[in-house]
Amino acid sequence: MRWGVLQFPGSCDERDALAACERSGAEARLVWHEERDLAGIDAIVVPGGFSYGDYLRAGAIARFSPAMEAVGEFAASGGPVLGICNGFQVLCEAGLLPGALLLNESMRFTCRQLDLVEESSIDAFAPEKGGQSIKRHLSIPAKHGEGRYYAPDDVLDTLEENGRVAYRYAPGQNPNGSARDIAGVRNEAGNVVGLMPHPEHAVDPLTGSTDGLRVFEAVAAAGVAA
Amino acid sequence: MTVELAKHRELGLTDSEFELIVEKLGREPNDVELAMFSLLWSEHCAYKHSRKLLRRLPTEGERVVMGPGENAGAVDIGNGHAIAFKVESHNHPSAVEPFQGAATGVGGILRDVFAIGARPIAILDSLRFGELDSVRSRHLLDGAVRGIGHYGNSIGVPNVGGEIYFEAPYEHNCLVNAMCLGIAKQADMVRAAAAGVGNVVVLMGASTGRDGIGGASVLASAELGEGDEAKRPTVQIGDPFEESKVLECCLELLGKGLLVSLQDLGAAGLTSSAGEMASAGGVGIDLDVALVPLREADMEPFEIMVSESQERMLAVVAPDKVAAVLAVCEKWQTGSAEIGVVTDSGQIRILRNGDLVGEMPVEALVDGCPLYDLEPAEPQGWMYGNRATLREDATSEETLLALLASPSIASKRWAFEQYDSVVGSRTVRRPESADAAVLQIPEAGNAIAVSIDGNGRRVACDPYAGTIEAVLECAQNLACVGAEPLGLTNCLNFGNPEKPAPAWQLDQAVSGLAEACEQLGVPVVGGNVSLYNEGPEGPIYPTPVVGMVGELPDPARACGSAFLRETDAIALLGPFEPSLAGSELTKLRGELDVGLPRSDVTAVTAACATVRDAVRAGKLSSVHDVSDGGLACALAESAIGGGIGCQVDLQPLRERGCSPEEALFGEGSGGFLLSGDREALNALGATLIGEVGGSTIEVAAGDRSFTVGVGTAESAWLSLSSQAEHDGA
Repeated sequence: MRWGVLQFPGSCDERDALAACERSGAEARLVWHEERDLAGIDAIVVPGGFSYGDYLRAGAIARFSPAMEAVGEFAASGGPVLGICNGFQVLCEAGLLPGALLLNESMRFTCRQLDLVEESSIDAFAPEKGGQSIKRHLSIPAKHGEGRYYAPDDVLDTLEENGRVAYRYAPGQNPNGSARDIAGVRNEAGNVVGLMPHPEHAVDPLTGSTDGLRVFEAVAAAGVAA
Repeated sequence: MTVELAKHRELGLTDSEFELIVEKLGREPNDVELAMFSLLWSEHCAYKHSRKLLRRLPTEGERVVMGPGENAGAVDIGNGHAIAFKVESHNHPSAVEPFQGAATGVGGILRDVFAIGARPIAILDSLRFGELDSVRSRHLLDGAVRGIGHYGNSIGVPNVGGEIYFEAPYEHNCLVNAMCLGIAKQADMVRAAAAGVGNVVVLMGASTGRDGIGGASVLASAELGEGDEAKRPTVQIGDPFEESKVLECCLELLGKGLLVSLQDLGAAGLTSSAGEMASAGGVGIDLDVALVPLREADMEPFEIMVSESQERMLAVVAPDKVAAVLAVCEKWQTGSAEIGVVTDSGQIRILRNGDLVGEMPVEALVDGCPLYDLEPAEPQGWMYGNRATLREDATSEETLLALLASPSIASKRWAFEQYDSVVGSRTVRRPESADAAVLQIPEAGNAIAVSIDGNGRRVACDPYAGTIEAVLECAQNLACVGAEPLGLTNCLNFGNPEKPAPAWQLDQAVSGLAEACEQLGVPVVGGNVSLYNEGPEGPIYPTPVVGMVGELPDPARACGSAFLRETDAIALLGPFEPSLAGSELTKLRGELDVGLPRSDVTAVTAACATVRDAVRAGKLSSVHDVSDGGLACALAESAIGGGIGCQVDLQPLRERGCSPEEALFGEGSGGFLLSGDREALNALGATLIGEVGGSTIEVAAGDRSFTVGVGTAESAWLSLSSQAEHDGA
């Protein structure tokens, strides 16, 4: 298993994402934004930060980079792609995921450790109890100024019906006013996942939590045959 | 001659300084030269009122890798690595335009750290505003916090701690001090001295515009007053994206060994960076301003030389490595231009398209500014106002809740949640979870702790004793997480040094700083001085801000400040002799006056060692130093943090001669509030005062005994957001 972690000018979390991939037991390397060749890479992280300064609109410039062009083809052929924070914004801008991320309701950047509910759609490892799958809670930090998930109601209904809501903020912990507490979504095939909170900052007991590893493991397993 | 006189005065030079410049040049300076002299001979660059005092500070130590005089200080952290750090002020720009002022303050201190080859790993900030019931203070607070967040968040360096105080004397002259820490391989570190005649001078980063012209002389070295809006063009505009690229570019260049030396362009722009590099290296530099990439084509040579456009670095490069350097700049999409050459002339020569437009001896420009002796005089009595806001007959419960809701004591969560505290995967103890921030350093197999402190009100009560307290507060914070101090940086924020009272405060504070550092054995590895902090109503509180960095072997053992377990014993340790002098309670009562008890530095140092060893041995559940608001507030903070109450009897303090009020709300150095196993606490020689448990904070203190629910205390303590975002007048 080998991850590729995109690196744009202005990326902030690419080194942490690289280290998180390695902690999950895989190999990983950085993919410079001008690279198009993803040969030998089994899964992609589009990391957090402020790609190209987030000028114009968060993620709006990065989606046109050569590396993102390659990621589009990689995703179309079923390769697993994880977008985190700015990476989620980039994937939405690129049309690989539905919806958009708006300014937080508070109009302020917010950094906070919070609980995410792992929806059953993504949880390949959910424990069984009396035949019912239990939704796990993951303690993961969120930190962003533009993370309010928005999509028209009919799109949201479709996402829910098709099990494409991957992560929700635990009740009462929605930090940004996201529609229906949605923190992360998947594409229709299930191989592209984006979320605002930062699983790469939750992989070390010393810094607070290791729950983020489950996100990397779940996405790594989400590849589909083209 | 009269025209020239008006001009040099407008640029902040005195008549006698101008005459000295004429003498050193053997002629009158032209406009380019005068502009450059006015900047490098400003207080901000020349430290002309403080340099003599700063010689008192101890700067040597076994672990010092770089001391004062470099872009940042650095200490050895082991395994060939060093921790670089520095604190710097951006007060006047922030008072004029808080968002950009604070943002570029962060940008500047980051550049100081990566200029020596260290990757920035943490930011802290120390802020001062007027009381929060003023519209201006809320505007400045909001702008400064947003600005700090904007820059630090965008560049991916975590903001791990800091402090904010609200006091009326900062109403017109807020303080924004930013501290940055970085990590470097000692082998890759670089100094700022230019060297190698014939080597090329390369300007990297953003293009040069008209922003920030005269910032150091006009803004930073004079008092604020009416018509400050006209100074807005002297505030720089920050672009963290550009800085992010320049940072990565510089670290790659240094990692590949492509640079001889590197310096950031801060106050006074090209003038100071080129001048200081030449001075440090004992060489000359020729610069051609026509080669500088400009934002506006018609800029005059003097404007190019003094512009404070942000996100620029100056490097000296051997001729055979220039192509490789430019290629790395190209990779990071950051500007680069060969603008000059190192010479053996001992002169700074400014050319435009090869024509000489200014020529000055480096020695005269950089080191020629006269240093002044202060004329200090102790002010008679309390020289600041103090408005009572707490009723005299307030009960203990009301007093505690008023203190917890006082913006200087209340939780700063509203502010620090606007900062990314986790990027970089090093933050083991985040803001509010412990008395000092803790960052793991896998490169050296250990961790560092860092704290920044400086209670200006207490320094105003007694500049000497108050400054010693600021140093001890940092040392105590480090001890709480099990860290041993390695080095200290400071930012001395004071009023106009040409006036007797601020001069006395500065003189006393530097003596206190020197005394505390000597006794603790902590070297001063760098610092910054910000003078002329005055508004229409007079000087700010004298505010020495101290940043201290320490080392701890095992970050997993760093203690938090929150109570952890029911039935844990609670104890007090250290030479704590609480007094109401200069306390938050005395302020709320409107009774501030001069005078502060002297701390016993030796005894506090010993208590720090005891606590540090106990924390490292894993013997304690929680440690919190007793600070603003006294023991009652410390107990409340530990209880709120853990969501558990406590039952405490302050009789042991009463037996030391404290009144109930002093025991509850008195302040002073040396107190540690511990919780943990009863026998472990006894073995440390700590004084047992109670037990963790329940959902109320119950404190027996004679006729001032009280009980307050943890939830009630928490509501008061978390009230900063509603006070900060309140819209009314």
